[in-house]
Amino acid sequence: MPLKLSFGRLLIAGLLAGLIAGLLAGTFAYVAGEPRIDAAIAIEEQNTLAHGEAGGSEELVGRDTQKNVGLILATSLYGIAMGGFLATAYTLLRRRLRTGSDTRAAIGLAAAALTGIVLVPFFKYPPNPPAVGDPATINQRTLSYLAVLVLGLVAIWAGVLAARTQTHEWRRATAGLTGFLIVVTIAYALLPTTNEVPGTFPAALLWKFRIASLGTQTILWTVLGLAFAGLLNRLATSSARQTPATAEPATT
Amino acid sequence: MPKTHTARPLAIPAISTRLLLTAAGVAILLLALAYLVAFDQGALSRSGMYMHELMHDGRHLLGVPCH
Repeated sequence: MPLKLSFGRLLIAGLLAGLIAGLLAGTFAYVAGEPRIDAAIAIEEQNTLAHGEAGGSEELVGRDTQKNVGLILATSLYGIAMGGFLATAYTLLRRRLRTGSDTRAAIGLAAAALTGIVLVPFFKYPPNPPAVGDPATINQRTLSYLAVLVLGLVAIWAGVLAARTQTHEWRRATAGLTGFLIVVTIAYALLPTTNEVPGTFPAALLWKFRIASLGTQTILWTVLGLAFAGLLNRLATSSARQTPATAEPATT
Repeated sequence: MPKTHTARPLAIPAISTRLLLTAAGVAILLLALAYLVAFDQGALSRSGMYMHELMHDGRHLLGVPCH
């Protein structure tokens, strides 16, 4: 009998993996994303001056603090939260994942999350830098964003269910992808379209910002999956050592 | 080719009502944490707009709609 893990230990592994993922994603965001945000804020300030609005209002948090402390804090806390969700999902779904490998199960769940709550939302509502977006529509855009996150996860679920109706490997892959794409297509068609990028906003800057954002989130989920799998592996190794009578013979 | 070593699968706690309740409680706390980063404007952080402004850049780069 391998060591029976408590939910608490799995959760701690997830939270720790999330912290690591958040720190690395934050580092990438700092290098790749901050220059784009600075450039966008400069455009925002130019627009404010051009319209003769009361610019230069007292800032609650300075730019330096936002960049050096705020960004890493945000990605770390977000990473910890996602790590907790990954560990919780792993605990509840592990038995339903038809693989004997914990590594595959952990990375598979993280890949599903990356697809469902990063890639599916990205192509419907690509992230925007400062100076893009009408503050009057923020509530509607927030609701649409949450809806596309949920529908992205529903699409993953539909894909898994569709794949499981088939036995042949090629048919499984085709059915799974088809099920996923049907839900994504319906979701994209039903959800409202947002296009608030001003015609004057530089296209190259918008592109670079969006790539930086996609990179940040991809790193977060990739590192999260790998780190969680690694920590599970450590737990497995230490539990094998604690129970030498039932441990597998060393393979080295 | 080095031989691939797959660790023996770990035993996961059995699904019980107690586990489901604990998981639900944890999920609420995690949602609150994610909400704090992504959407909060002082209602949760009790710091006015300070935390919201502090984490402004992270929100943009994590793909959350913002102003």
